[in-house]
This record gives sequence, structure tokens and C-alpha cells, in this order.
Amino acid sequence: MDKTKEKIRSFMIENFLFGEDIDLKDDTSFLEEGIIDSTGVLELIEYLEEEFNIQIDDEDLIPENLDSLNNLEQFISKLLKTS
Amino acid sequence: MLVNTILENSAQKYPDKIALVCNDERLCYKEINNKAAKFSSYLIKAGIKRHDRVAIFIDNSAESVIALFGVLKAGATFVMLSASMKPTKLNYILQNSGASFLITHSNKFRIVKNSLKNTDELRHIIWCAPEGKPIYLGKRKGDKTESFWESIFKENLEPNPMKNSGPIDIDLSNIIYTSGSTGDPKGVMSSHHNVLSAIRSISQYLEINDKDIIMNVLPFSFDYGLYQIFMTFLYGATIIIEKSFVFPYRIIEKIVTEKVTGFPIVPTMAALLFKIDNLSKFDFSSLRFLSNTAAALPFTYIEKLQKLFPMAKVYSMYGLTECKRVSYLPPEDIDRKKDSVGIAMPNEEVFVVDEDGNEVGPDVIGELVIRGANVMQGYWKDPDTTAKVFRPGRYKGETLLYSGDLFKKDNEGYLYFVSRKDDMIKTKGERVSPKEIESVLHSMEGISEISVFGIPDEIFGQSIVAAVVLEKGEKISKKDIKKYSSQNLEPFMVPKFIEFYKEFPKSTSGKIDKKIISADFIKLFAT
Repeated sequence: MDKTKEKIRSFMIENFLFGEDIDLKDDTSFLEEGIIDSTGVLELIEYLEEEFNIQIDDEDLIPENLDSLNNLEQFISKLLKTS
Repeated sequence: MLVNTILENSAQKYPDKIALVCNDERLCYKEINNKAAKFSSYLIKAGIKRHDRVAIFIDNSAESVIALFGVLKAGATFVMLSASMKPTKLNYILQNSGASFLITHSNKFRIVKNSLKNTDELRHIIWCAPEGKPIYLGKRKGDKTESFWESIFKENLEPNPMKNSGPIDIDLSNIIYTSGSTGDPKGVMSSHHNVLSAIRSISQYLEINDKDIIMNVLPFSFDYGLYQIFMTFLYGATIIIEKSFVFPYRIIEKIVTEKVTGFPIVPTMAALLFKIDNLSKFDFSSLRFLSNTAAALPFTYIEKLQKLFPMAKVYSMYGLTECKRVSYLPPEDIDRKKDSVGIAMPNEEVFVVDEDGNEVGPDVIGELVIRGANVMQGYWKDPDTTAKVFRPGRYKGETLLYSGDLFKKDNEGYLYFVSRKDDMIKTKGERVSPKEIESVLHSMEGISEISVFGIPDEIFGQSIVAAVVLEKGEKISKKDIKKYSSQNLEPFMVPKFIEFYKEFPKSTSGKIDKKIISADFIKLFAT
């Protein structure tokens, strides 16, 4: 399970923090910390759909699912179970 | 009348009505007014003087609204800063504005800490931090007092004594920093009278009233966002405050549950909305109007918005921070004036003039000139740039604002945007100066020459390209440049494309020929 989180962490660090993993804790809010903007979310979704071979509905594009590594991990594992 | 009077009036007329909703907080007019009054008493006790500048550097929040009204009640001028600002720019603005107070949040600690060099005029930092999480810049920065938002409201303070010695309406209410074509941001000064005049004109054509519930996702550092608060408070309406449009679906849900009546957007937000499937399943019947500014709304967008929100009127508008708003297209004219940004707003005149300042006839391109009480007081501490945009008007003390925008009017007087006179980029609803990006990237080691320009982009309006010539033997990568950009520029200014060149085409005088570079770039990559 931790693998999911680590994969996403590397993606976030690589693409939004440009290699610096400072301050990206499991519960860091991407929104509060200004790590991601509205187009960044689109990039993140695209990555998740490809990497985990999942389909994310528009309804699921909410902070409870996407706005931290913890939220993302839970959300992805839920999606993987139901698919 | 002062800008803070609108809050005071509504607190009397609608004391218990909800004025502001932010996350789980719902504050009524009385609460906001009392808190703003308390905050102003604190500022006065802490030594603020009339005409002082106070920088506000926090995300959209109830605190930002209370803070700005507190500053006004204390007779001072607020400077609302973009919450995504980076240290270099924050430092520049703290120095340039000479702010004596800074109101910020603990989540901006690292940025603030690195922005304090040579800010002697800044005496006091107020942290909006969760309690029990003290922040100290430490003794070595000990020249500044620090205090905490929460504890201010626990203090027993004398009421604000300003009753008869307070500001008058030609005093400055705020300074908004915008991108300047020379690279450094310019501080647009607005008096209380300027702001009141603009909000009266705008709310008149939008028909704002006390039943309105406005959904605001725009930053308060952007005048379009900031004025949503003022229009709401002028009429005793309600404003829903969101930090951003990062999660559009959440905003859509809130429009429905909060029965929102007005939704101000920029074209990029419309483009993001169109990406959501089955929007039609929502009941948007409460929505009375949508407004758009920052960049012209393409007619195809207007059509799509009308389809998505059939009950709502769509207002296509045009403005510049220097006069807040220029024009609006009456919704009933949309079909017959497709690409127009409309007519001057109430109580304002606009002209299209030639090089000599004479008004031109229909369909002739010229510079847009604005006349009205909404026109700013000039750029803070920058008489040279101010002189470039101001010309004497008809009467004593009156100035005409030269916009730097090329426009034409049709035979009925409707305005059409043609282009900017300078090379400013419009992206994600923000005006961006290529010079500002160029000078930041020039400070990166290994870069010899740089040329920044915008290319058309379906979602952003324009996206930013940085064409780079490296110094001989340099091996820095595109990613290095992107990283450097992200660390030193606000997110909307970070170039989307970076391209390396061996050398740049130059004009005979040796100037980099940006036109050729951008035309080639578009041909190569963007078609």
C-alpha cells in the first residue's frame, strides 16, 4: 500500500516541487501550501489515471480525495478495490 | 463616505445577516464590523498612523476581510498581496510601499523570513497562526514586533478614537501592485472615493442587491476579487469566499447548496468548467448572473456558458486595475455585438484617440482613454510612469487615463479590444510582464540571453514561452530552469515552454527580435 503513496510522492516532488522534498508530509495540503494550482490538478489526474490504470469521475475531483498524499492513497486504493 | 462606511452601514441595517461564508465559518455583519473595529483599535495602540501602509499577505479568508476593514478604520492604506508571491517580489513591495505593518499567516513563514532584508520601515508583523503555534523570527531580526491575530481579539482595547480625526475620501484606501512593462511591479493607488465610485457603477449595471449571494474564488490581490467584497457589503448581500478554483467540482456543488446568485469568473475558469461532464444535472436556477473580465471572453465561451447556465445573464467586461473597470457588454446585446467588450460603465466616459489625443471615428484603431472618478491616483512613488499614463483633463485636477490598450469603436459606440501597445502577456486571468520573468531568469547562472513571450493557449488564454541562449559550455537543463522559475516566480508566471537557441535573431540596432522568435516558435511547436 505504501508503494502507492511513494509513487505519488515522487510524482509530486518531480513535477511540482522540482526535486525538493521539503515539507511534503503525508498530510500536507497541496492547496494550503500552494503546491498545486487548477492546471496542476489536471496534470495530477492525468498521471493517476495512467499510472494506476483507473478512471476518475468528475464527482471525485474534491479535496477529500486529492488534497494530500494520505487522501490520495485512500482514494486510489478504494478505486482499485472496486474496479 | 469612506470604503469602511459600507461595512458600518450594513452592520447597522443588517446586523445579524450573514455577510461572509468561508469554509465552516459564517459571519454576520455585526461580527465582522466589531472585529474590524477591534483590530483597528489594536493597530492604533500599536502605533499605526494615518496614511501608513499595511501589507496583507494571506490567502482569501475571513481574516483578510476583517484585516482590510480594520486597516481602513484606522485611517491607513492596505496593500493586498498575492498569496503565492515569492520572497524577491515580496521584499521589493515591502520596501517600495514602506509598509509599517505586515499581516500574514504561519504557512507563509518561510517566504516572509526571506523577504525582510532592508525593510526598516516595517515595524510590526501580525501572524494569523493557529493558537499554540508561536512563530518567532528570532532575536537577530529583533527590530520588528511580532504578535498573533487570535490574541489581539482577547485583549481589552479602547475603542477606536478616530471619530473626528479620521481619513477623508481623497485619502488612499489601497494600493494594488500589478505587473509593470518595465519589470518591477507598479503600485496602483486608489482613494476611498475612487473605490466607492467604481463599486457604485459596477453594482448598478450588475443590479447587485441585498438578496445576492456571490461566489468568489478570485484572489483579493486581484481588484476583480477584492471588489466582490465591497459590492457585497455595499448592499448587505452575502459573499462566499474560496481560496481558489483548484477543485472546480467543489465550487459547483457550493453554487447549488448555497444558492449562489452571482459568479465572477475569468476565461480560464470557464475553460476548466467546460471540462467537467454532466454539469447539466445540477440545478443552477439560483444563479442570476456570471461576469467575466481579465481577458475578453471568446464568443464560443459565452454561448457555452449560456447553455450551461440558462437562467443566468452573462456579463462580458473589460478593465484595468488603474481604473478598476472600463466597460461591460449589456447581456441583451451579446448576440448582436459578438466580440465587443461593450460600453463604458455608468458615470464614466471612454474615448478612442489618435497619437495626438484626438478622438477617432468609428472602426478606426486608437488608444483607449478613460475619464471618471474611478481613475486611480497614480503609481506609488513612481511619478515618471504615472506621467506616462496621465494627461490633463477638461477641468482643474482632472486627469485622463491613457490605457496603453488599442481599441476601436463601432458606429454605435461599442468597444472592441485590438491589442496592447506593449508586450504584456495575459495568462490564467493575470497580466504578466515578460520583462519581469526575463529579469528573474537573467539572475540564474548560465543563462546568457533570454526572450519571454506569450503564445495562444486554449485554456490559459496565452501560455508563457521562455526562449533561452545559454552561456558557452553551460549544461543546465530545461528542468533546472523550470525549477528556478518555480522558486522565484508566482505559479502563473512560470513558463510553460522552455526552448534553447544557439543565438537569437537581432535587429540592426542589436535588439533581440522577439517577433521573429515567437512567430517561429508558433510555427514549429504550436501548430
